[in-house]
Amino acid sequence: MSDYWIYLLIIVLSTYLIRAIPFVAVRNKINNLFIKSFLYYIPYTVLSAMTFPAALYATDNIFAAVAGLCIAVLLAFFRHSLTTVAVASCVTVFVFDFLIV
Amino acid sequence: MKSFNRGLKAGVPIGLGYLSVSFSFGIIAISYGLEWWQAVLISTTTLTSAGQLAGVSLMVNPGLYVDMFLSQITVNIRYSFMSVSLSQKTSKEFRGIRRLIFGFFITDEIFAVASNEKEVSTKFFAGLTVFPYVGWALGTLLGTLMGNVLPEAVMNALCIAIYGMFVAIVVPKVRDSSKLLAVVLFAVALSSLFFYLPTLSGISQGLSISICAVAAAIFGALLFPVKEDDSCE
Repeated sequence: MSDYWIYLLIIVLSTYLIRAIPFVAVRNKINNLFIKSFLYYIPYTVLSAMTFPAALYATDNIFAAVAGLCIAVLLAFFRHSLTTVAVASCVTVFVFDFLIV
Repeated sequence: MKSFNRGLKAGVPIGLGYLSVSFSFGIIAISYGLEWWQAVLISTTTLTSAGQLAGVSLMVNPGLYVDMFLSQITVNIRYSFMSVSLSQKTSKEFRGIRRLIFGFFITDEIFAVASNEKEVSTKFFAGLTVFPYVGWALGTLLGTLMGNVLPEAVMNALCIAIYGMFVAIVVPKVRDSSKLLAVVLFAVALSSLFFYLPTLSGISQGLSISICAVAAAIFGALLFPVKEDDSCE
């Protein structure tokens, strides 16, 4: 672990620069329709790709995870707040874990 | 102050989610042989889940420094797209040194909540970063100190929080746009392929997310270009 500081420096710098350089460099509004559309879709494709199927395996029990996700989708569909949806899905997983085990 | 407080509030669910995620990072870091302060220092200076995990696993199996660099770039390249995307939504005063400072805080979740705004001011963004940052640092510390104290069932349930939040961001938007629904389903289908196909599942999670997200967004931009009005609803 003697290399800790060098590795830390590499992790910190690469992570920071990859975020900050594009953020600082792109100053103007982009007018290209393709790029604009791409950037409009990016947040949702990132979140979707991160959620499914990884969320199914985020807890010990896949059925509890499915139940938690279903509750989340249902509540989100009716536009409940982020906190409500997140807490409700946790409670669902917790309850389901007890019911199954 | 109003938009700072609104940002603070919007950051609460992220902070809660981070508390549980970084808790497990703390446990993993200790199991890899790091000291508690080393884990906390990584979390407070880096603020990224997948990148940190890849980082500590390379720390204990040291290779070339360039390996570490390359793995960090592939795991984190998605942040570049988010930065560009966010740069289009910031208010006029949010530039220069402010971007240099707050660029550090662009994570998947902070970005997602920020892009839900019509316009992102520095104050809103500053407020938004507080609870996630504190949650991330505190969770790491708690994880290193008391990894096995919390009941397993509670920790387990907390793991879904982050995903519940993602769902809460995507679903209401999808409800309003069948184009977005198609693009989201495409992204989900792609990421399932990457997850379940043996040849593709060897690719690191961070990189496969980047590939899936970029491919699906290109798919959307080609088939369903978004006009000005749609993008700021």
